[in-house]
Amino acid sequence: MAKSIDVSDLNIYYGDFLAVEGVNMTIPARSVTALIGPSGCGKSTFLRSLNRMHEVIPGARVEGKVVVDGQSMYDPAVDPVEVRRQIGMVFQRPNPFPTMSIRDNVLAGLRLNNKKLKKADADDVVERSLQGANLWNEVKDRLGKPGMGLSGGQQQRLCIARAIAVQPQVLLMDEPCSALDPISTSAVEDLIHELKTDYTIVIVTHNMQQAARVSEDTAFFNLAGAGKPGRLVEMNPTKKIFSVPDQEATEAYISGRFG
Amino acid sequence: MSTTAPKTRSPRRRLGDLVFSGTTSGAALIILLALAGVAIFLTAKGVPALKATGDDLSGAKNIVSYTAPLVFGTLWAALLALLIATPLSIGVALAVSHYAPRRIATVLGYLIDLLAAVPSVVYGLWGSLFLAPRLVPSYSWLGDHAHWLPLFSDNSSATGRTIFTAAIVLAIMVLPIITAISREIFAQTPRLNEEAALALGATRWEMVRLSVFPYARSGIVSAVMLGLGRAMGETMAVAMVLSASGVVTFDLNSSTNPSTIAANIALKFADATGLRVNALIFTGLVLFVITFVVNFIARAIVSRADRRLAA
Ligand SMILES: Nc1ncnc2c1ncn2[C@@H]1O[C@H](COP(=O)(O)OP(=O)(O)O)[C@@H](O)[C@H]1O
Ligand SMILES: [Mg+2]
Repeated sequence: MAKSIDVSDLNIYYGDFLAVEGVNMTIPARSVTALIGPSGCGKSTFLRSLNRMHEVIPGARVEGKVVVDGQSMYDPAVDPVEVRRQIGMVFQRPNPFPTMSIRDNVLAGLRLNNKKLKKADADDVVERSLQGANLWNEVKDRLGKPGMGLSGGQQQRLCIARAIAVQPQVLLMDEPCSALDPISTSAVEDLIHELKTDYTIVIVTHNMQQAARVSEDTAFFNLAGAGKPGRLVEMNPTKKIFSVPDQEATEAYISGRFG
Repeated sequence: MSTTAPKTRSPRRRLGDLVFSGTTSGAALIILLALAGVAIFLTAKGVPALKATGDDLSGAKNIVSYTAPLVFGTLWAALLALLIATPLSIGVALAVSHYAPRRIATVLGYLIDLLAAVPSVVYGLWGSLFLAPRLVPSYSWLGDHAHWLPLFSDNSSATGRTIFTAAIVLAIMVLPIITAISREIFAQTPRLNEEAALALGATRWEMVRLSVFPYARSGIVSAVMLGLGRAMGETMAVAMVLSASGVVTFDLNSSTNPSTIAANIALKFADATGLRVNALIFTGLVLFVITFVVNFIARAIVSRADRRLAA
């Protein structure tokens, strides 16, 4: 079910403001791709354009192509709701549905797709997804309790469980650990390692050690200058980016000589 | 310098605190006193009505059998009004907060607010002169074909000035309150929760159900309760629209209708003397108590919902 993503000549706008310009990139399947770069360079914006979440902001729009497994995401015939069902997303701050139990949170996406779910099937999905998110052992005795009652790290893993419950082709993560403590962060990083055997994962991170730890490939975004749009500077295997990057700007950024 | 500066500033700040806390507790005290004053007045003037009989009570045996049909009419009219107004208000509020393009939403919100500024007499005139006659055919059709249902009578109103017509007018009058509060709360739904639903592939309506409604639930209850308070206390419009005869009936199209406490007071107060005044004031006291109880229940519902959320 994992799919590769081809992005060509992507321009991303907020109204008249061009936030990200001219991105071309191929994101390989069953692998983790990290997006790094200074804040405001458009990493989140780019990530959100991959599952058409960008356009939920009034006035936001996109030019160019995003092709997932031969299917053009921005084809006029494609329903954005359908795209989002196939490309899951995990946000910077954990956002479980506040009134729902742990179990209902996991099932939320599935219930949108398929209203009538047999209890036994639902139980299977809940266990499989929570196992998949490394959360099962911690919550299996309180599945009926509210998701908000969990710690931040557990909530984030619950959100991951919710995203993988619908078995998406791709999983997008926008700084999934930035609101978590080091122990939860390492739990989520371990999880990302395990998930990449089944999913194509794109992760935004401001933490370069994290990019180095979890990803196969890294894409470095940068601003051409103040008020200019963000651009993709370089995409290469993570090992290469962190040892001998092609671009001087990448080198400057990863070695902390940024500015 | 930096160590002495706070010392010289602190007395002034304390004075500010003093003035502020004095004003707020003063205001709170005034509100309490006013409420207590109203309650004492209503009780003092209402209690003599316990002795009233027959003549002073439009033929009712005692004050209880005089008040009970009015309480029924008040609650029934308010309930009907809310049944109409609540879904409508929530729909309009959602349209303004989540569906309509911004420009249309602004205009729509403004128009709804304008409804709140229309005086009750205008609604009364509109209800009795415009709306009621136009409902007569529907009422008589229902009387002919649906009178076997408990909500309709075969004796349908020839003027259209039924409890249901009054409820429609009331619904329009409470619409702005419920809409304004709901709209405010819908718009405050955290972006985070909305995006959680959208990213799962929720349609806009599914997003509303998953994120907006759960977040707004207790707010909607408060909004509806405020609307209920307004509907129960509304006087002029009901007095003008409703052709009341003080019966107790659920019929919506009948020529005989229950009256409401507020409308009954408005209609009878001018000509009342002696114990009749006390009887009217007694019904006012009952309305006062009902309003309190309704608010109390609403708060209990809201705080229980919030506790469940926090648990
Ligand atoms: N909702 C929005 N409306 C308008 N501009 C936005 C919005 N979100 C982000 N931007 C702008 O787009 C640019 C890229 O932002 P973002 O993608 O959040 O950067 P990053 O995630 O790399 O920190 C920034 O200039 C930011 O101000
Ligand atoms: Mg970001």
